[in-house]
Amino acid sequence: MEFVTPPPIRRLELNETQVARQIAPPTQPANGHGAPAPSGFTGARRSIGAPQFSIRRMEVDNLSVSYAKREAVKSVSLPIRQGEVLAMIGPSGCGKTTLLRSLNRLTELTRTATFSGRILLDDVDTSLIEPTLLRRRVTMVFQQPNPFPMSVFDNIAYVLREQGSRRQRKKTLEPQVHSALERAGLFEEVKDNLDHPALRLSGGQQQRLCIARALAAEPEVLLLDEPCSALDPQSTQVIEDLIVKLRDDVAVVIVTHNLQQAYRIADHVAFMYLGEMVEYSSATALFGSPREKRTQEYVSGAFG
Amino acid sequence: MDSSLATRPAEIPPTQSPPRPDGGRPRSGVTWHLSDRIGLALCWALGLLFCAIAVAIVAYLLVQGIKYLRPSMLVTPASAGFSQSETGGFSDAFFGTLIVAVMGISIALPIGIGVAVWLVEYGRPTALARVTESTIEAIAGIPSIVLALFGTVIFSSTTLGFLSRTSEGIVFGRSFFAASAMLSLVALPLVVASTREGLSAIPQHVREASYAVGKTKIATTRRILLPASRPQVATGAMLGLGRIIGDTAIIVVLLGATQNFAPVGGAFPLNYLRGAGTTLTNFVYEASPTGNLDQPQKAYAAAFVLLLMVLALNAAVDIVHRRARKAGTWSS
Repeated sequence: MEFVTPPPIRRLELNETQVARQIAPPTQPANGHGAPAPSGFTGARRSIGAPQFSIRRMEVDNLSVSYAKREAVKSVSLPIRQGEVLAMIGPSGCGKTTLLRSLNRLTELTRTATFSGRILLDDVDTSLIEPTLLRRRVTMVFQQPNPFPMSVFDNIAYVLREQGSRRQRKKTLEPQVHSALERAGLFEEVKDNLDHPALRLSGGQQQRLCIARALAAEPEVLLLDEPCSALDPQSTQVIEDLIVKLRDDVAVVIVTHNLQQAYRIADHVAFMYLGEMVEYSSATALFGSPREKRTQEYVSGAFG
Repeated sequence: MDSSLATRPAEIPPTQSPPRPDGGRPRSGVTWHLSDRIGLALCWALGLLFCAIAVAIVAYLLVQGIKYLRPSMLVTPASAGFSQSETGGFSDAFFGTLIVAVMGISIALPIGIGVAVWLVEYGRPTALARVTESTIEAIAGIPSIVLALFGTVIFSSTTLGFLSRTSEGIVFGRSFFAASAMLSLVALPLVVASTREGLSAIPQHVREASYAVGKTKIATTRRILLPASRPQVATGAMLGLGRIIGDTAIIVVLLGATQNFAPVGGAFPLNYLRGAGTTLTNFVYEASPTGNLDQPQKAYAAAFVLLLMVLALNAAVDIVHRRARKAGTWSS
């Protein structure tokens, strides 16, 4: 089979004409001064404030996913935008991870999974995109830090090396590797140890390496599946700051069990329950004045 | 969360450990039942016994080996003679062992890794995978003398005649090719089992992490999974090598067990590989008091060389594992 060089991945230049919608600054100050924060959620939401812009990159349209007979996701529709962080919350087994993994077609690896509905990436149906290409445009970070068993440098270089072509020299990949590590805020810490085994880094550094790896493919959407659940609070904070910083470059979707975390970093929140998307609204609205009773109960800790 | 801390019973200060059910006496072996203590003592005794046996074998061979082994034996071929000094060494057996080890493992390793990768990473169709598994287990259970007998049928056929000596249309069927091919079957199950173990130990999310940056299954297997299971593959290869250099039955039946190389006509390495030969295990047997040569001192010397080879293999496995430990692994 002949190897076809994939087309360059389209990076979106940010200029005024392309900005779909300017988000008005929230009427309620985000930093906790002035009007009181929503019940149960106190303290600063985050330091860098509301999103400056937002562009629709992905669109989940009436998606249902079933494993064998069991329906894991029931007709969910949802926009995913660059410029903001979308958090998906809900109790265990509510389908949020399945939904996340459907976005880069990882669910297809489960043999029993069946689908209906569509997911669009820049108005193209993802089922029409070759999976390996799609997964370079929609990359993912997992719950457990999982660097590959090689050096820090090679972890990033592995992503950059195209399959089938000759292995590029280390020198030619260096700038890209460095920039990926810089975007993940890891470069300063590892720049002298790029040839050390990645599995020797601390848990938080490993997870940031995984983020760097996901960013090295120059994706349009970054998926994070409970990226902080295996980390200590300090590493969690570093990664949360990083996620918020990244939202201007890529559309960020994060699945989290930690409501406080969703409150701290998300601009929009989708609450899922038993496969249904119960509520989708801005973080302040969902935590402050949820429309649905189930959302109200969940965010106040009645179940979950 | 804060409220639950406040309602904690006040009578137990948080720094004090909870009270022991048996009134504070520390638990130790003293409180064990008599039967448990006897069991533990038996385990200790058996453990020590095995250590003693292993140490005795190594020490005895070490003493005898150092006493009788001369470096010249490794380069002098065996020859006919009336006294120990005239019969030469066992260089042909020594190099024969090296040849079957290298040839056997270079057949078993790629096939074994391939089978293990297919079983763990693909495994479709399921029925075929299950049959393959049972087949490998069956091969592992077959005595090598039976494999050897089967080998004579295969390698005496005229189609495979080019692999051994042929005269007047009769295929001799005994050569390094024939012996190595059958010996690779002895090593194969060990390679497959070890590689499977290594691949299965890799968490699923590591594979998915590779798929999630747009890598194919083949690229993931080649660049991530196989390098990650290198220690286990090495273990399998070393165990397989140990079995190959330790086997005697296949050597006797399929290598001819001549005391010297018996090259057949042809270009250099091929003439030796198509011919008959011997290995150290066979030399030890022949040189032992039950064998044709009956020169026990040389048997000890050869056995000592064999032992050194096996110990070197163990050390190599150890080094690979230690290096892998240094590189770290995933938390789970």
